[in-house]
Amino acid sequence: MKIAVCIKRVPDTETRIKIAADGRSIDESGVKFVLNPYDEYAVEEALRRKEAAGSGEVVVIALGPDAAQETIRTALAMGADRGVLLQADARVLDPSVIARALVAELRDGGYDLVLFGKLAIDDYHHAVGPMVAELLRLPCVSAAARLELGDGKATAEREVEGGVEVVEFPLPAVLTADKGLNEPRYPALKGIMAAKKKPLEVKPVTLEAGGLEVLELALPPERKPGRILGEGPGAVPALIRALRTEAKVL
Amino acid sequence: MAGVLVILEQRDGVLKKVSYEVVTAARSLADRLGTGVDAIAIGPMALDATGATRFGADEVVILADDHARLYQPHLYVRAVLERAKTKDYGIVLLSATALGKDLGPRLAARLGCPLAADVTDVGADDGIVVSRPVYAGKAVCRLKVVAPRCVISIRPNSVTPVEQSRTATLQHAVLGLDSEGPVARTASMKAPAEAKLDVAEASIVVSGGRGLKEPANFKLLEDLAQALGPAAVGASRAVVDAGWRVHGDQVGQTGKTVSPSLYFAIGISGAIQHLAGMRTAKVIVAINKDKDAPIFKVADYGIVGDLFEIVPRLTEEIKKVRAGA
Repeated sequence: MKIAVCIKRVPDTETRIKIAADGRSIDESGVKFVLNPYDEYAVEEALRRKEAAGSGEVVVIALGPDAAQETIRTALAMGADRGVLLQADARVLDPSVIARALVAELRDGGYDLVLFGKLAIDDYHHAVGPMVAELLRLPCVSAAARLELGDGKATAEREVEGGVEVVEFPLPAVLTADKGLNEPRYPALKGIMAAKKKPLEVKPVTLEAGGLEVLELALPPERKPGRILGEGPGAVPALIRALRTEAKVL
Repeated sequence: MAGVLVILEQRDGVLKKVSYEVVTAARSLADRLGTGVDAIAIGPMALDATGATRFGADEVVILADDHARLYQPHLYVRAVLERAKTKDYGIVLLSATALGKDLGPRLAARLGCPLAADVTDVGADDGIVVSRPVYAGKAVCRLKVVAPRCVISIRPNSVTPVEQSRTATLQHAVLGLDSEGPVARTASMKAPAEAKLDVAEASIVVSGGRGLKEPANFKLLEDLAQALGPAAVGASRAVVDAGWRVHGDQVGQTGKTVSPSLYFAIGISGAIQHLAGMRTAKVIVAINKDKDAPIFKVADYGIVGDLFEIVPRLTEEIKKVRAGA
């Protein structure tokens, strides 16, 4: 079983966002970068599938700056076999540009499964996986929280509003991972040591400009300062009054 | 001027509220651009899409087939691509629901155009400009579309549907069912025993955190939600990770980002990841025993104290209000 996992280097969820001087990007000084949390589920799933099959290869692919090598090493420490960095410094806010760059790498890879996290917690697109699938004309399930693999066939479940869709599809296919798909492992010391010796190929790529131009990146408007209406259940009538007459939401 | 195409969303043959939100946004865009709004509705034979005309669509194309009772990505992609061959559309609009988050990128890839995903505002002054929250709402990005065509998905609850009467045509067409290659098919939909409102779609959300002390105590929030009704019960990451609530209920950076008109944060201290997921709510109410909890910094109204005393009282008072209204 040959599996590709497309991963991304993102600011840790604890990060307090500061806007850079250009007004179009974040100030990265002091920001800790991590493997995108949803990508951890994708890496874990790939490792389990390879382990269950008894043979195969898990290739992690990242598109990003040189520092994303570190992110790839994290996935290698978890147990992936080798990494590819599509090295590009430009930050492109049009997910279709990212998808096309990945497709060029994936197209002739002979992968049975191409996995993604359902979204990257920085850009929040929820888009690159399904785009890659359409461009490669492969079946795709996005935001899968459960996966069963049979002989050339697979079943996945995805949570939607008001229920869970059960989706059947043949392999090869693209799948994006939601929380709940599995419990990702922590890299063990042995894995971290082994990861240093695993192959990591760096391929510089030039990204297209894309069809979206960033005008401005700003902090969200501050909320108007609120007020504490009181302590304990005695404050409930004041809250009801405020919601009815002031906020007019009741 | 190229037109605006809206993808409507249905469940059990009935258009969802998000469809009206998207048609409303499309109408206002089309008016500014001096163009029309066409809508595509895909669903079972019993599909009723007439509602879309009340919110400003000029033409509604109904593609009804019982194979499309559930969301089948390849049928939607095919229907839109075929429609786009017959008419020039500059903007394809849909809601950023589970369906829209899956379909939007597929359409953008196949139409060879950019995708502006999960936007909270779309305007047309000097070209199409959208705002989209990034870093789970810790920042907002304003983007200009610099392509002749664009797919835009709109976050549920960010547009208020506005009815407007106009003469519209309803047209039935045949939904093409074959696919050009291997595809993923939705075989069934597992519905929970009790129909549940989704936190991302609800206009009132009641969320609980570790302050609830144990899973069974979420009953207090369910009672409050029911009194407020229709309202959804959400949860902080801490209680989802502890297995008290399902991941679909999680509000925050690794859960859902919500914009209801009223949000209750109960027993939630307000970690930065949680605040990111709910700060665009119109009104926020916080109930917490710690007066210094960060949640009070974003809340419009706060009550400090024991939630086990406050919430039942609140539920009673809301019931009285609802009974009197």
